[in-house]
Amino acid sequence: MSTTDKHPGSNGSDVAGPTHGGPDDEYTPAQLAAMDRTQLDRLGARYDGVEILHVEPGPVPGSALEKQATRQVTMWFALGAVFAVAFLVVYAGSGWFLPDWEWEVGADSWSALFTPLLGLAMGLSLLCIGIGLVQYVKKLLPHETAVQDKHDGSHFDRVTTGASLMSGLDKSGLPRRKLLLGTLGVMGAAFGAMLIAPLGGLIKNPNTGNPLGTTSWAEGVRLLRDDGTPIRPGDQQPGSLETVFPAVEGGNRQADAATMLIRLRPEQQLSDEPREGQADFSYGDYVAYSKICTHAGCPVSLYEQETGRILCPCHQSQFLVTEGAKPVFGPATRALPQLPITVDDEGYFVARSDYIEAVGPTYWNRERI
Amino acid sequence: MATTTAAPGAPTSKIGQAALEVDDRLIVAGPLRRTLNKVFPDHWSFLLGEIALYSFVILLLSGTYLTFFYDATMQEVVYEGTYAPLRGVEMSAAYESTLGLSFDVRGGLLIRQIHHWAALLFVASIVIHLLRIFFTGAFRRPRETNWLIGVVLLVLALLMGVTGYSLPDDLLSGTGLRIISAIILSLPVIGTWAHWAVFNGDYVGTEIIGRFYIVHVLILPAIILALIAAHLLILVKQKHTQFPGAGRTEHNVVGNRLFPGFAVKATALLFIVFGLCAALGGLVQINPIWLWGPYNPAQVSAGSQPDWYIGFLDGSTRLFPAWDINLPGDYTIPALFWPTVVGAGLMFTVLALYPMIERKLTGDTAAHHLLQRPRDVPVRTSVGAMALTFYVILWISGGNDLIADKFDISLNAMTWFGRIGCLVLPPFAYWMTYRLCIGLQRHDREVLEHGIETGVIRRLPSGEFIEVHQPLGPVDEHGHGQLAYGGASVPKKMNQVGGARRAIKGFFKPVEEPAEVQRQAELEARGLESEQSDRQSITSGRPSEGGRPSEGGRPQAPRD
Ligand code: HEM
Ligand code: FES
Repeated sequence: MSTTDKHPGSNGSDVAGPTHGGPDDEYTPAQLAAMDRTQLDRLGARYDGVEILHVEPGPVPGSALEKQATRQVTMWFALGAVFAVAFLVVYAGSGWFLPDWEWEVGADSWSALFTPLLGLAMGLSLLCIGIGLVQYVKKLLPHETAVQDKHDGSHFDRVTTGASLMSGLDKSGLPRRKLLLGTLGVMGAAFGAMLIAPLGGLIKNPNTGNPLGTTSWAEGVRLLRDDGTPIRPGDQQPGSLETVFPAVEGGNRQADAATMLIRLRPEQQLSDEPREGQADFSYGDYVAYSKICTHAGCPVSLYEQETGRILCPCHQSQFLVTEGAKPVFGPATRALPQLPITVDDEGYFVARSDYIEAVGPTYWNRERI
Repeated sequence: MATTTAAPGAPTSKIGQAALEVDDRLIVAGPLRRTLNKVFPDHWSFLLGEIALYSFVILLLSGTYLTFFYDATMQEVVYEGTYAPLRGVEMSAAYESTLGLSFDVRGGLLIRQIHHWAALLFVASIVIHLLRIFFTGAFRRPRETNWLIGVVLLVLALLMGVTGYSLPDDLLSGTGLRIISAIILSLPVIGTWAHWAVFNGDYVGTEIIGRFYIVHVLILPAIILALIAAHLLILVKQKHTQFPGAGRTEHNVVGNRLFPGFAVKATALLFIVFGLCAALGGLVQINPIWLWGPYNPAQVSAGSQPDWYIGFLDGSTRLFPAWDINLPGDYTIPALFWPTVVGAGLMFTVLALYPMIERKLTGDTAAHHLLQRPRDVPVRTSVGAMALTFYVILWISGGNDLIADKFDISLNAMTWFGRIGCLVLPPFAYWMTYRLCIGLQRHDREVLEHGIETGVIRRLPSGEFIEVHQPLGPVDEHGHGQLAYGGASVPKKMNQVGGARRAIKGFFKPVEEPAEVQRQAELEARGLESEQSDRQSITSGRPSEGGRPSEGGRPQAPRD
């Protein structure tokens, strides 16, 4: 099994070198021609470090067992073809000789069956082929147990490869040429930095203006429902909640402006303990809090009238409306910011200013701006 | 056998000549023969990695199809498509094109759903593959590199999931995106800068879907492909591990050659995995984005759930207490930072370093090619069970609102169960698993010493009743088995040692002669024995490994 060059160098004439030698030197074509396929197969395997230990032949050719196994495998493959054709029929036939496939809401007709039928046909086709193949291996192929040698690293390879690498390095003279080596290092670093530098295009300063700390609420901006209608005190039942948006262009699509306008029940209003300095943020029995959860920014949405708690569906933080919407359970750490509100001359709710703190999730320098 | 093979120099058939033409040009006969002859161990658990590979292939195929129709822009459009309930609604082009894929592309919904199912299967099979590698010790030297590559692949697969999930821009994915945004913001010092770099400004902006798209369809798949290639090349180079058994050593692999047996089986598995995804994709609805509606920052659907593999992060986020850390100078480290960035980071770092940690702790730096049965390494197995328990509690907590709702438990109770459970239950799992391992070990030794319980009760002349035991090998004068435990599974039922003949084949009528089957069985037994005699064995006594009881499977003399 040697691929070693037994005749280094050229012998002058232009004939095939010995580097492709190996087994070809050990077995002449005539010797190989005298072997049958099984022998050749095993010979090759042995060259690859593989020994066939044991072969359990498949069923005897012509036996009832073989016939039965062949029938089964054939059946699976045939089914695979049948289902593939079924897929094609459903796919191409819909809207042609079959009803149209297009979706209708709530229909339990063909359109609702189209995708399931496609999946069923494709799935069954692939599964039948797969099962057929498994049956083929199990019932018709001989079972062979082989063992292959595992080689550890070769000492010879390590030593010779090491020598090649090191002699190359020696020839380059780099270990001696210290200045060149140092420059190469600097060059590599500078080159690498240059390659990634264009990513700088991604960097933008988040501190120009105060984008995280401001929303489009401002003095006199009306509170609108999603459909754009303004709200008057008395529109809402006590104990109810309405989501409102600032009356600016695209206000109802803004990520940080959504606000909850809540009308407290009388007994809630009595026990209301607003946050320090925010006692006048409410208007009568109305309070407005940011809808953006201070934990990870989900819209808090479930208002439990009985307890006055607002629940965030994402990680179940709960905020108590009667105590300045401070968090009473779950992972949120801060109260929902309160929007100072009043009514304008026409009697509609307006904001008295923007939120006085950043809405939404906490971040590193939130307290500073 | 065919003896008509012509001299290798002169093939006569058309195919032979064509093959010769190819080899003249490419010189592939040698490498090809080595590949065909490669031996693969024959154990089902080695197919888990393959399932991951095949689901990735399905993802590539179905995903490429989706790109023909998907439009990754966040421009607002008004929907005018087939799905009536949303007609006239304003939405992003991304959401509209996904609706189009579902309702206006023939077969589009099928491929979309196949893609999603394959993604779930992909991550699931990676995780189960990882567990098999972990619990059998397949990661030990020299396979640490493949373990590392594997962990990176797992993380990339999760990122694939997260970026893909966001693409339809429906209400559910938008909620996920919002949380991703908050997680990025929560990074200390660089949070806002990182957010501005990723989203090109404040949440949500107009860029993020386009950026996620290119990450999802180009950057991550390219890296994953390269890493899978490296994973498999290393595997081929190092060869598979194998469970201990007759004739199996640290220096060989016993199994089937690639061609034809293993190749056909692998192809069969590809078809079965694909078939499963196709059937699921057609029959079981997944992520019906038309029900969620377009993303709107002011809305959320209650009980919304991420895909299963993100559940553990959702859970850790729900359980972690509300602890913002306020630093001098009014800087804050948000509570969200710990359960997400730090928690996940730690979990994956420890996972990646586990082979090195174990090597340090056990001092075992030797190369290992024989696998361990989990029971034989109780500490590792118990550590694994502990980690799994922790993971599962986080995972369950990710759906604690659903559980609370379904079983009418208070949500707060569920949260506290999770908080306490994730601290208390893992050590308990450790202890349980440890006891279990030791018990299983003892039972193995017992069967090796006293034999298999046959269930046959015999009365001795003295009037005493004993159960007849079937020894697994030679016994000493006291009737005690002399087989040492070799790390392989020990047969514990009579049928596993040939206590019963195999069934006669045939469904409606027998297609074999019973006498013939009997004769074959005897032949086989003799063949195995003769083969066995000239092979050194670390025997397990499995019949397939030559460990057949000497007297044709009949129970031997009674013993105490
Ligand atoms: C994209 C994901 C992955 C794919 C496609 C994949 C594929 C494969 C395949 C086909 C094999 C050979 C069959 C087998 O042993 O199951 C294998 C082996 C292996 N994999 Fe993975 N794998 C993936 C992820 C992982 C992960 C997450 C880990 C562990 C952290 C891992 C660690 C290993 C190791 C150590 C081996 C060698 C096992 C042995 O020889 O016994 N792989 N992988
Ligand atoms: S986003 Fe509201 S609790 Fe996490």
